[in-house]
Amino acid sequence: MTAIPWLSILMGVSVLGALGVSFLKNDKLAKQATLGVSLLVLVLAVVMTVGFSPNGDRFQYAETYDWIPSFGVHYAVAVDGVALVLILLSAVLVPIVVLASWHDAEQGKRSVRTYFALLLVLEAMMIGVFAATDVFLFYVFFEAMLIPMYFMIGSYGGAQRSYAAVKFLLYSLFGGLLMLVAVIALYNVADKNSFLFPELIGAVTDPTTQKWLFLGFFIAFAIKAPLWPVHTWLPDAAAQAPAGAAVLLVGVLDKVGTYGMLRFCLELFPDAAKWATPVVIALSVIGIVYGAIVAIGQTDIKRLIAYTSISHFGFITMGVFAMTTTAASGATLYMVNHGFSTGVLFLVAGFLIYRRGSQFIADYGGVQKVAPLLAGAFLIAGLSGLSLPGLSTFVSEFMVLLGTFERYAVPAIIGTTGVILAAIYILWMYQRTMNGPTAESVAEMKDLNGRERWVVAPLIALIVVLGFFPKPLLDVINPAVKESLVNVKVTDPAPVVAVKEGQ
Amino acid sequence: MITAPTIEYFALAPLLIIFGAAIIGVLVEAFAPRYLRRAVHVPLTLLSLVGAFALVILQTIRGVPTTPAAMGSVAVDGPTLFIWGAILVLSFVSVLLINDEEQFVPSAAAVPGSAEEEKAITEGAAHTEVYPLALFAIGGMLLFPASNDLLIMFVALEVMSLPLYLLCGLARRRRLLSQEASVKYFLLGAFSSAFFLYGTALLYGFAGTVDLAGIREALATAGGTETLLLVGTAMLGVGLLFKIGAAPFQAWKPDVYQGAPTPITALMASGTLVAAFGAVLRVFWVALGNDSWNWQPIMWGVAALTMVVGSILAITQTDIKRMLAYSSIAHAGFLLVGVMAVGEAAQNALALSGLLFYLVTYGITTVGAFAVVTMVRDPGGEAWHLSRWAGLGKRSPKLAGVFAFFLLAFAGIPLTSGFFGKYAVFRSAVALGQGWLTGLVVLAVVASAAAAFFYVRVIVLMFFSDPSADGPTVVTPSWATSTVVGFSAFATVALGVFPQPVLDLAEKAAKSLFVQ
Repeated sequence: MTAIPWLSILMGVSVLGALGVSFLKNDKLAKQATLGVSLLVLVLAVVMTVGFSPNGDRFQYAETYDWIPSFGVHYAVAVDGVALVLILLSAVLVPIVVLASWHDAEQGKRSVRTYFALLLVLEAMMIGVFAATDVFLFYVFFEAMLIPMYFMIGSYGGAQRSYAAVKFLLYSLFGGLLMLVAVIALYNVADKNSFLFPELIGAVTDPTTQKWLFLGFFIAFAIKAPLWPVHTWLPDAAAQAPAGAAVLLVGVLDKVGTYGMLRFCLELFPDAAKWATPVVIALSVIGIVYGAIVAIGQTDIKRLIAYTSISHFGFITMGVFAMTTTAASGATLYMVNHGFSTGVLFLVAGFLIYRRGSQFIADYGGVQKVAPLLAGAFLIAGLSGLSLPGLSTFVSEFMVLLGTFERYAVPAIIGTTGVILAAIYILWMYQRTMNGPTAESVAEMKDLNGRERWVVAPLIALIVVLGFFPKPLLDVINPAVKESLVNVKVTDPAPVVAVKEGQ
Repeated sequence: MITAPTIEYFALAPLLIIFGAAIIGVLVEAFAPRYLRRAVHVPLTLLSLVGAFALVILQTIRGVPTTPAAMGSVAVDGPTLFIWGAILVLSFVSVLLINDEEQFVPSAAAVPGSAEEEKAITEGAAHTEVYPLALFAIGGMLLFPASNDLLIMFVALEVMSLPLYLLCGLARRRRLLSQEASVKYFLLGAFSSAFFLYGTALLYGFAGTVDLAGIREALATAGGTETLLLVGTAMLGVGLLFKIGAAPFQAWKPDVYQGAPTPITALMASGTLVAAFGAVLRVFWVALGNDSWNWQPIMWGVAALTMVVGSILAITQTDIKRMLAYSSIAHAGFLLVGVMAVGEAAQNALALSGLLFYLVTYGITTVGAFAVVTMVRDPGGEAWHLSRWAGLGKRSPKLAGVFAFFLLAFAGIPLTSGFFGKYAVFRSAVALGQGWLTGLVVLAVVASAAAAFFYVRVIVLMFFSDPSADGPTVVTPSWATSTVVGFSAFATVALGVFPQPVLDLAEKAAKSLFVQ
């Protein structure tokens, strides 16, 4: 099993697929080819997941080759449970996004096949960024993946697309460059002549150095995630991006930030992470409440969803930095669930906007009567956004709050208000767009067609199934998170971290 | 009894070939009939560059000399050979660009718009002198970083600069701008040369020799606070920093880059920059290496100012060539960060290899970018105004894509050569482990982020804006131009994905450091 380079195959298939698609002359063929490639990647990813043994080695499917020996850089990929579920999330979302974006690119300025080729390139990079176990390789993917997303927003987005694309790129680039300094310094301080992640754990012992390096990494991840107050690029980018790109942006790309906090900030700089915890938790709580309140006030559907995500990312970072197994596992599960839930919300909103040609809530009303399926899908997606029990997000949100409460009761309690505010923004948006008298402009609105049903159904099925039975995912996540937290503790002789015993 | 000086002809052979070919070129101008000249010049120039490059490779294989050549006045050491190789490759591709008559004025002496000019155009006159002039400039570039003695270095500086002053004034379009560029470059260049010469004189007063190694020895016994030394260093520094376009001596760069014929701009932005950095390194590391605590603080300020000025002023530019000029200024600032990273021998080798690699990657990308600039044309010449580039991505996606890729490489996005160049230099600066230099690296990355803004702005224009109805045409490139663009794009990708082979070369070259 281990002999097969699964992760390289996944990336290779996507990249080759992208190349192939960019050479196809026929747009329809290009779409079908993209769908085929992304489904193949999904199948491969599932096969890989089946072969993963949750209680085996921490990093599996490892491949390590020298890339640039002068810099100590390796092409090193491997997955632990956390990375695996995030790769799986990407692999599930991409074919759905392809199917959902079937006609999106046609309004764009550039060719349809370029859009789909960019999607596949992005998929390869998403897999790469989660799989990289070499810090430098991670950085390369972290920065390089901005470029396809930048072109997807800038070429195929809404009216303000170039502003949004530039803002997105510059914010991320700025954070990334600060991280670059930290990456270089990490290499020098650790003095291992290697960027391999396992070798770098515990390599930085000096507390002051740790704090500086931690900041370098953390600012980059905070911008990426995005954490309040460096979130302002997200509503613009998500509102202007085509719906499919917005799903990948919020659903997967932003997870790189929270994933990076868990993987790199915590494990490489455990003492500094503990030092920063109060501030990070405070920022997270502010993000939860602020994101939710601002979401209530939005008039644009996509911006509203973007702000709900800022609120949700507050939960995730809070869970990561609470440093308890429950909270961290919950946060990881939340990353996956949020990907599905926000994904379906963006996609259904995208269908709605595509039909009416407007992003503004005020332009809708009573859609439920003319397009019941659309409205129903929107409702379920929305309810998963507000973490209704029985839907998957509830499990993760509850775990985060529970885990945080074990150590930081007050922030957890304040964070809980986010759940209430979520009900307001979701239900109020639903009420204004779907209920009431049917607005004239939407009277002719068609219901979901076959393709769109295929987009929505798998996601809703996943949300419901994982809401009742999250065990398979948690079985994979829990051991990985525990090992992460052990690393956080290992360098800290006094057991400050109250990892829940007996689990 | 007078003994004849020993000259290591083999070590100096690349220089001799270039200068020899330049002289033959002058003879061709004098004796060959007009219609034959170009046909002789192009192969002569290209072959001499190839020959010199082959000799550089041969020398590298046969082993790098450990003592300076020509009675200690020219140092052909590892770094020199690497720099020579780089300059020769960059010159070769630049000469391929020069091989485009459209770029050069038929008769430089004619007043723009006059009857004489009309006549020259109808007669099909051409300044074929550009080839020997370019060869002289290239010869100067080779000698400049190899000089082991301040006087030779001054001679090299003049041999390099004088032909460039002339070449700058030969642009076919926008004649007045071109002439202005030429005059400005000449006047400011002459000032800076005077500074250099005065600095040389003062250092001679301090050390009693103009030999770089001699100055180093004199420093070992001196306290380092002598007025002659300090003032001499400062003046020498002005002369050298002018050539690399470091702030506050950067003012000529945008004007000259804008006015010069684009192929000449490409040659200056790549070859001259490499040569000038080689000279900066030799002076500050070999001659003044033991005095680094005196020049590092000033250099710190210069580097910081250069990065900031380059990155911020570029944002306000509307001319594509001026923008690339400011980008070149910003890059000079980034490179200066590496110049300051001196310490132990291993640290020096690390910094030197990083700088060499950065110079090669930047040079190649910049030639490619200027080659693209030559291809996007309006009826009246190149489409210089940025707004004319709007929507280019829709009209000719391939060319715009390549240009966008070059811009991303300038911005230092991973998987382009520019990223590893920056990385290699910044790494050596951080490895020094000094807070003041690490702080400068942080400033450099912030400046990079600001610089990314104006690169991205061009991409936005090309891809996200609608093309105007009467937009510029993209000429079908000549084989030479397409070779240049293809080569640059290939190298930018290849060095961005597998930089190891060139890094190995740079490391090998840097390992021996400069001969003393």
